[in-house]
Amino acid sequence: MTGAKEAGAIVARGLQRRFGDNVAVAGVDLTVTDGEIYGFLGPNGAGKSTCIRMLTTLLRPSGGDAWVAGRHVVEEAGNVRLEIGVALQEAALDPQQTGRELLTLQGRLYGLTAREIESRIGQIVGFIDLGDAFDDRLNTYSGGMKRRLDLAAALVHNPTVLFLDEPTTGLDPISRNKVWEEIRYLNQGLGMTVFLTTQYLEEADELADRVGIINKGHLVAEGAPAELKRQIGTDVIVARVANPAQAAAAVRSVQLVDVVEEADGEIRIGTTDGAALISPVAVALAEQGIDVTNLALRTPTLDDVFVSFTGERIVV
Amino acid sequence: MSATSRAATDLIRARPRGFFGDVLTVAGRAVRSLPREPEAIIPALIVPVFFFFVNTGSLTNLAESAGGVSDFKAFQLPVAIIFAVTGISRANALVTDIKDGYFDRLLITPIKRPALLLGLMVADFVLVLTLGAVVTIMGILVGIRFATGPVGIIAFLIIGALWGLAFTGFPYAIALKTGNPAAVQSSFLLFFPFAFLTSAFVPVEALSGWMQTAARFNPVTYLLEGLRAIILEGWIWSSIGKALLAIGLLGVVSFGLAFITLKGRVSQDA
Repeated sequence: MTGAKEAGAIVARGLQRRFGDNVAVAGVDLTVTDGEIYGFLGPNGAGKSTCIRMLTTLLRPSGGDAWVAGRHVVEEAGNVRLEIGVALQEAALDPQQTGRELLTLQGRLYGLTAREIESRIGQIVGFIDLGDAFDDRLNTYSGGMKRRLDLAAALVHNPTVLFLDEPTTGLDPISRNKVWEEIRYLNQGLGMTVFLTTQYLEEADELADRVGIINKGHLVAEGAPAELKRQIGTDVIVARVANPAQAAAAVRSVQLVDVVEEADGEIRIGTTDGAALISPVAVALAEQGIDVTNLALRTPTLDDVFVSFTGERIVV
Repeated sequence: MSATSRAATDLIRARPRGFFGDVLTVAGRAVRSLPREPEAIIPALIVPVFFFFVNTGSLTNLAESAGGVSDFKAFQLPVAIIFAVTGISRANALVTDIKDGYFDRLLITPIKRPALLLGLMVADFVLVLTLGAVVTIMGILVGIRFATGPVGIIAFLIIGALWGLAFTGFPYAIALKTGNPAAVQSSFLLFFPFAFLTSAFVPVEALSGWMQTAARFNPVTYLLEGLRAIILEGWIWSSIGKALLAIGLLGVVSFGLAFITLKGRVSQDA
């Protein structure tokens, strides 16, 4: 595997992974710059985890190249490992150890001295907010506590690039907010580059400087959340209807309508001027005798972006 | 975080720890887990003690009168050791790590890959030595005396533990190959031919035809001869040498399998 090294905290060129006949990742190109939070967004099975496993040296690409912190993920896997911190999907912890034992072991594996480990634990322990439970065995921890400890384990050695695979999947809203705060602090306070995968649009919107949308192994769109939303029109009118196909046909020719998408039980109309368009849309639907149960105007979400690029909604 | 502590943090960076450091780290975790999983250790002690008393209780008169064995209790103690240490390993814990994703977490660190297995084997050696010691103390309490004295007791324990260690490669190979707890559980089946197609109850010469042939190919037969020599006869180096050779051969096969499967498991192709 060859290819010129390129600048960026994470660089992938034509990254590919096949499992037998199944193409999990079909040639992904992306560049994450130093100090950025990059959100990798896609539904289950889109190829997010496979990408992260290749970038974190766990899986060999079937084709293409990738560099993390300037090191090649296959040829310089050992050096990549020294630079990255990783929290994989489902907190990967040993239930028989205590929180402190787990972090100490993690520190040792990264070659830290006992004094360095103690100092790092001192810095991290307040941040992950486990209280006295830090000295309890992990089998007594809640899901949120495990996730925070898992994040701490990824941080013991001060990585320059942090990979988080679905960091908040399965967490309650309060725990989720806490993890978000931590990620923001790591990025803004400590300048860490963060690559996170998520199936929550809200999470990508909230955290990421840039978002890559992956679907069926392909990177279908990439950009800042605001930029992506702009691409599909500034406003969205959503009409809940019984027959989306018929409704879409009815409004397509209305002036100011930029784009119409049919989704399950509704249509979404992209436009540059939602306020001016909403009554013509209502009239057009009424003229065709279409029964509208709800008609609303809103600014676009990443969900709209996702639908516009993939033709599907993310189902969580 | 203040500017000074940020500067101090900056100095703490990851670096490779070195092979022995990695082995010690993995071993430390495994040894620490041992007393936390008594359910994995207690049965390993019950089985040999049970068989020792049942065998000596039922067969002593027969073996000593017709089998040509002078002291059947001493004759049975090596069997108890083998029952105690054969098949003991951290393979179940390893499968749990693989299933839980903790093994991946370890693979993401710069740890030297062979240390993942060697560290566990260090813990296994500590455990089989402990189990062997408990069984040996039980033997001494029921009146068994070693012809080779206290040094012989230590040699007896170490040889028994080395056997236990040499055997660990099989369950590890199954754990690494399959990542399946049920497959690892069933690896105890390997124990039966090794433990029973041999001179466990009577000397090889007293075994019937096919069984005698099977026993001649079973390394346990030579192990038992060596261990029995240490208890009953003295420093019979030919027997002890054959026992060590049998352990060595088994170890080469089992460790070979284990490290080949480890290589497959940790390759980025897995």
